Amino acid sequence: MRFDSLADSVGRTPLVGLPRLSPSPEVRLWAKLEQDNPTGSIKDRAALWMIADGEKRGVLTPGATVLEPTSGNTGISLAMVCRQRGYRLVCVMPENTSIERRQLLQMWGAEIRYSPAAGGSNEAVAVAKRLAAENPDWVMLYQYGNPANAQAHYETTGPEILDDLPNITHFVAGLGTTGTLMGTGRFLRERVPGISIVAAEPRYGELVYGLRNIDEGFVPELYDPAVLTSRYSVGPREALRRTRELVQEEGIFAGISTGAILHAAMGLAERAVRDGRPAEIALIVCDGGWKYLSTGAYAGTLEEAEAALEGQLWA
Amino acid sequence: MAVQVRVPTILRTYTGGAKLVEGTGDTVAALFLDLDSRYDGLRGRLVTGDDGTELHRFVNIYINDEDVRFLGGLDAKLGDGDEVTILPAVAGGSADARV
Repeated sequence: MRFDSLADSVGRTPLVGLPRLSPSPEVRLWAKLEQDNPTGSIKDRAALWMIADGEKRGVLTPGATVLEPTSGNTGISLAMVCRQRGYRLVCVMPENTSIERRQLLQMWGAEIRYSPAAGGSNEAVAVAKRLAAENPDWVMLYQYGNPANAQAHYETTGPEILDDLPNITHFVAGLGTTGTLMGTGRFLRERVPGISIVAAEPRYGELVYGLRNIDEGFVPELYDPAVLTSRYSVGPREALRRTRELVQEEGIFAGISTGAILHAAMGLAERAVRDGRPAEIALIVCDGGWKYLSTGAYAGTLEEAEAALEGQLWA
Repeated sequence: MAVQVRVPTILRTYTGGAKLVEGTGDTVAALFLDLDSRYDGLRGRLVTGDDGTELHRFVNIYINDEDVRFLGGLDAKLGDGDEVTILPAVAGGSADARV
């Protein structure tokens, strides 16, 4: 396959069977390998679509500054696209973000502004919104509310999965910005009667939920529960166990959020076996495990790994 | 119908600091009324609308890890031994924003 540039090679990732984790020949699991995208995560799709949409709408002009609250994959993806197209990128992230995260973002060309550690991601979003108000010429793409994020998946992830798995019965993905589930889910629902669209939501340790008040909560503007069939909360123990099973049984070295998704998918597979129904279950592998090695997720016992994750946003 | 209820840090002022409490009820709505009889004011933080018929926008409730909004909301059925988890909605994940 040949492409004009790296950004042009986003998407068209492989869908691979998981023969050792699938419970029977009638109930099968399929993994969409999003770590095969140019910067190693599913976020390349949303980044490319949000930038292209900003250009189309005329809000992104040559030399523009792009602003985004992110310390993770979205920042890396945006940095790659921005550098290629001549935009400056400013990422807002909590000040206690790991050193490897900062180095990765800076390497790809992003500038970093810090938000107070105590407020977590909620606070990074708030600081980014404040910076956007102070710098009216900056462009905040805002992945939590930008329809182009979901549209990327409606136009690419959904059609790719349906092409590769026409008899799909279930689609399982992680719930963060909700872009993957909203876009892919809408596409598949329009074309596959009776399909189940299932969300796996990471359940963090207590520290991460340290709001002062329930009314300070946050639901991404993109989220529409009508797209989903069900939504499961997956704790760190189960996510870690499945992340390790995925690499041990199938040779796929994935990040921890993928373990949470696999856990929900395997629950659906067990239920299909119990009910005597065939199932073709597609699940998303969000990224590889490399960026999470320093979390301790892959070393020692599950108990040690779970303790190491306490207080971290691991997905 | 005895169920175990996990209470998040910000709501433990209502449960005397308890992280895990027990309650009864055939539905989530009935469970909240039962909890409110012992933990005064807790229900008021979880539901909104006239007569508290809606789940608070920033509150997520799970029965055995499944979101009740997909199980009938406040009418979701409870069985003996079920585990109910209360969590506030926060900005998080999707392989992003790890701190």
